Amino acid sequence: MQRGTKEYTVWSVGMVIVLLFALFPVFWLAMLSLKSPDTVADGRLIPASWSLENYTGLFAGGFDSPLLRPLINSILIALIATAIAIALASFTAYAIARLDFPGKIAILGGALAIAMFPPISTVGPLFDMWRALGIYDTYLGLIIPYLTFSLPLAIYTLVAFFREIPWDLEQAAQVDGATPLQAFRKVILPLAAPGVFTAAILVFIFAWNDFVFAISLTSSDASRTVPAAIAFFTGESQFTEPTGNIAAAAVLVTIPIIIFVLIFQRRIVAGLTSGAVKG
Amino acid sequence: MSTIAQRGVKTEETSERTRSERRLGLMLCAPAVIAMLLVTAYPIAYAVVLSLQEVDLRFPDQGGFAGLDNYITVFTSGLWWQTVFNTAFITVVSVAIELVLGMALALVMHRALFARGLVRTSVLIPYGIVTVVAAFAWFFAFDPASGFVNGLPFIAEDFAWFGDRFSSFAVIIAAEVWKTTPFMALLLLAGLTTIDEGLYEAAKMDGANAVQRFFRITLPLMKPAILVALLFRTLDAFRVFDSIFIMTGGGQDTESVSILGYFQLISRLNLGLGSAVSVIIFLMVLVIAFVFVKGFGTAVPGREEAK
Repeated sequence: MQRGTKEYTVWSVGMVIVLLFALFPVFWLAMLSLKSPDTVADGRLIPASWSLENYTGLFAGGFDSPLLRPLINSILIALIATAIAIALASFTAYAIARLDFPGKIAILGGALAIAMFPPISTVGPLFDMWRALGIYDTYLGLIIPYLTFSLPLAIYTLVAFFREIPWDLEQAAQVDGATPLQAFRKVILPLAAPGVFTAAILVFIFAWNDFVFAISLTSSDASRTVPAAIAFFTGESQFTEPTGNIAAAAVLVTIPIIIFVLIFQRRIVAGLTSGAVKG
Repeated sequence: MSTIAQRGVKTEETSERTRSERRLGLMLCAPAVIAMLLVTAYPIAYAVVLSLQEVDLRFPDQGGFAGLDNYITVFTSGLWWQTVFNTAFITVVSVAIELVLGMALALVMHRALFARGLVRTSVLIPYGIVTVVAAFAWFFAFDPASGFVNGLPFIAEDFAWFGDRFSSFAVIIAAEVWKTTPFMALLLLAGLTTIDEGLYEAAKMDGANAVQRFFRITLPLMKPAILVALLFRTLDAFRVFDSIFIMTGGGQDTESVSILGYFQLISRLNLGLGSAVSVIIFLMVLVIAFVFVKGFGTAVPGREEAK
């Protein structure tokens, strides 16, 4: 397609619309968060007076502040859930991609069924079970459902990646005198790493995003994650709305997502579509 | 004689190897399978048990076997059917808009002339953003107390978007569509890239215009990708929870089935009734998946691979 043709113009306009569509709500939220508390409700798009007060207010008071504990909880819970999910999913995906054993279809089918499973259906029983087991309102109580519900995505992504790895190279390296461990570390690991990384990003985003489990299985800042904490923000008095603080906290939890997307755009796209199109 | 003996040895060896491979395969899968069953199969079974009992944590002394009472209560309640209607309404409208917008987005990304990376990166932001954050962004924009929407031309300055059922739905659906269209578009884009460019060239030669090319080539060849995307999005939209919780809290008769389940279970601590709702939601999801797979012939990913 040539510059200057009608078609070129149409697609270019389309792209600009897409960019506006995707980014405008984030821009609005960022602007809202930068308004000074007395102008938050002025309804303007661009702040009349700029201020970081909404941000500093979130951390005033250290561990008793509205956001510090939830932020730490969110980061730790998402990281631990990701690490465990990726370990379990790697074993499973390796077995499915490389080994021949009965039950493969059942495992993939079961994983798919869980991907479609309505989380709300497990919330009641988990609430009851976790209270009986003493893990209600703890990290573990959230890590377990997060890793379970992200396993299907991780398994599908990893199976798709592992199938593409030329495993014969491992043997070739061993023929050339490498020990099995060396062959794995120097040949297979570098080839598998991008897939593992992709799956890890998707799992992390899932755990970072969750709201249903976060509000159902926690009751205090001991384990409440940011999305749940924001939903329960209260104003300084009964008559002030915590709009500015919510906007600021919302911007803060969006920053890691934007960083991931900027750095790993290609991998995320590959991971999201790898499982779904093969069928 | 010798050949037979050799053969015997060989099969024994292979079967030994097959057996150890099987054992290793199952061992490697066991942890993930156990984790998945622990948090889905077991709780659902437990939910079925709870749903047949009268369990209210506010009155722990009362209770006992209730048979199908909880289910009868749910099915004879007007509130339940209203939430079913709300959920179906939000699902159908948002998935329909997403399909059209997602297709347009996929075409733009497919034909992107410059800054391909920029477009893909930007559309991934709505996908990755926390749903609660997206819901707040749209809520604040439309909320008369803080938003700019009421200041736009042609919109009454004091219109309370969240004071009415269907205007609340409009904002909830807009937020859902914004957040999930990129996912739809990426799945469609993956299907789009598998279409042979030669087909378009041939059709152009034969005098087909862009619209004809889209309806005669693109759509039919993308049917499998479209069905998979629709299945995933429909099931996902059916669980709608976060946006409603943030924007209306279920007020203005905007409760979805998931919101109803949550309030029964966690706020009212009525585990029996709430579990009945959970089980019914689970069965509805099964029915939707079944209709897509058997009725529309959606090729579920992984199935072919596993064979």
